[in-house]
Amino acid sequence: MAHQPAVSTAAHPSRHVTNPLQRFLAATELDTRLLGMVGALAIIWIGFHIFSGGLFLTPRNLWNLSVQTASVAVMVTGMVLIIVTRNIDLSVGSILGLVGMVMGVMQTDILPNQLGLGLGHPMIWVLSLAAGLIVGVGIGALQGVIIAYLKVPAFIVTLGGYLVWRGAAWWVTMGRTVAPMDVRFQLMGGGPAGSIGFFWSWVVAAIACVAILVGLYFGRKQRLRFNFPLRPIWAEISLGVIGCGLAIAAVWVANAYPWPRRIAENFAAANGITIPEGGLFISHGIAIPVLIAVGVGVVMTFISMRTRFGRYVFAMGGNPEAAELAGINTRWVTVKIFMLMGGLCAIAAAISSARLNAATNALGTLDELYVIAAAVIGGTSLAGGVGTIAGALLGALVMQSLQSGMVLMGMDSPLQSIVVGIVLVFAVWLDTLYRRNKN
Amino acid sequence: MLDTRTPLVEMDDISISFGGIRAVDRASIDLYPGEVVGLLGHNGAGKSTLIKILSGAYKRDTGSIRINGKDATINNPRDAKGYGIETIYQQLAVADNVDAAANLFLGRELVTSIGTLDDAAMESKAREVMGRLNPNFRRFKEPVKALSGGQRQSVAIARAILFNARILIMDEPTAALGPQETAQVGDLIKQLKADGIGIFLISHDIHDVFDLADRVVVMKNGQVVGSARTEDVTKDEVLGMIILGKVPPGATAGPGALED
Repeated sequence: MAHQPAVSTAAHPSRHVTNPLQRFLAATELDTRLLGMVGALAIIWIGFHIFSGGLFLTPRNLWNLSVQTASVAVMVTGMVLIIVTRNIDLSVGSILGLVGMVMGVMQTDILPNQLGLGLGHPMIWVLSLAAGLIVGVGIGALQGVIIAYLKVPAFIVTLGGYLVWRGAAWWVTMGRTVAPMDVRFQLMGGGPAGSIGFFWSWVVAAIACVAILVGLYFGRKQRLRFNFPLRPIWAEISLGVIGCGLAIAAVWVANAYPWPRRIAENFAAANGITIPEGGLFISHGIAIPVLIAVGVGVVMTFISMRTRFGRYVFAMGGNPEAAELAGINTRWVTVKIFMLMGGLCAIAAAISSARLNAATNALGTLDELYVIAAAVIGGTSLAGGVGTIAGALLGALVMQSLQSGMVLMGMDSPLQSIVVGIVLVFAVWLDTLYRRNKN
Repeated sequence: MLDTRTPLVEMDDISISFGGIRAVDRASIDLYPGEVVGLLGHNGAGKSTLIKILSGAYKRDTGSIRINGKDATINNPRDAKGYGIETIYQQLAVADNVDAAANLFLGRELVTSIGTLDDAAMESKAREVMGRLNPNFRRFKEPVKALSGGQRQSVAIARAILFNARILIMDEPTAALGPQETAQVGDLIKQLKADGIGIFLISHDIHDVFDLADRVVVMKNGQVVGSARTEDVTKDEVLGMIILGKVPPGATAGPGALED
């Protein structure tokens, strides 16, 4: 038979474990640290649900939570790569502010008035976003070159950038707030219009399920081809069921959150729909910013795991000298990482300003701290070489869950800061313990 | 015996200074195919510096390098690799946080037709090479950090042979290893030699290299004291070269030799 390997396939490590839980973990090859974070998130969610009197685990709150996380989630994927290479970026919040301003001015003044496209032109949102991306990537390139080629520590360069870009954001309009944003641009911020609705959300769920199953199938085929130990079939099935289950559950929650009554009534009136008894139920579905964040997460995971660039990032973090001696152009890789970060800041800026429907001077203030905290809570080691995109995304979700939960409980904002600060330190301490035990 | 073949490597009249200190002072050294040359000297004698010029880690101030009789331009590690020069460093230059296959292919990853990393192919090839080198090696999925010194060393050596090195530089290759692993590396060196690869062994400990080397070159204070075929000299005589710079009758004196 063609698929029958000549040499018997090596036994999967899970064969040697008897404890059922450990056996399950070994067989599915799931990252235990990531599972620990999922557990922590579940505890936080259930805890808030109880203490807020049943307000937390509702479709409405979870949907809002997902939209609120999107901006930080986009940026944290880049921050992981930066921290993995033993650098830091303190300027992301300020870059977000400046890029938000630039995009705001582009779509409210430069494109419609000075270039004569007129307000509401369908190309405005694309051109504004493109301008934002150019500015973001350009800033990243500048900071990256100073760090990599002029050898100024990233901490200092981006601390300078933190002040410079925030100042520059003010300069764009002399501190005036820019509003309202272009109608199409606003869709990137979510809201009833900025969500993809019932049908398309299920399409996304279907695509996600197919992608998971195809991924598992090809992974298995590849292992068979090179005669590597295979996961037991039941473990593959469990992984498929868990993965698809999560995708379906997420879409189900997003679809369970209806448009607000007034908006639904207006929509019905405008489209000549008669409102049925008990009100009109129009699902939000997945919000566009969440879709963007998930897309960014998938692309960044791909980049970090499956490309040479990603491999170099991790090798540089593990041993910069070895990477250099292996012939890797470490300086250029560093510049590329910061350019990527700048581009991600621009996407985050689009999400934040579209959601606020305005570009303000203060947009993105303190975001650098939330982004770094999310990356670190998500298992990125400041010592370099260690971190995952998925972990960092979970970290962002944990941070946002804490904040949103405390708001629901009616906690004072100074107390919220105190709690977030303590949780950050506590999480990193737990992580240190975990790593020590593992070695 | 006069070797009439073209040397694989000729480093001629090489000097380099750091600040005011002449780390290498007009040193010349050569290497023939299938030959093992032991480069000996105290810590700070300039042997590691000299060899780092060959591997591209340092740039020489003066002097010339010829590979196969042709002038070579070596300005960085990438240039050196282009000439088939591979180095195994004293401080085990591996990236600790990635697995053996990733280290083996670092900088020259195998990619699929759409340009993504072909991890399965790399791991498969890594298993093949490591199987030849260290048949007991099983831990392909773990970060190199989790491996023993000998296992890490075999990863480093596998990395060099994987890319068909023609000139192999080994800086204290057995310093971090136990007796059994040292013997393993010794066998490996003989195997590589038989394949026509030229090897520089660098050490401050004569016992590490004397039995493996065909020829020894001794350095002191940045200068070459002299060179000798290992069958023409005793260990004690070589020790005298290392410590005193005294050249025995069986050896050829260099510029750093003690004047009588």
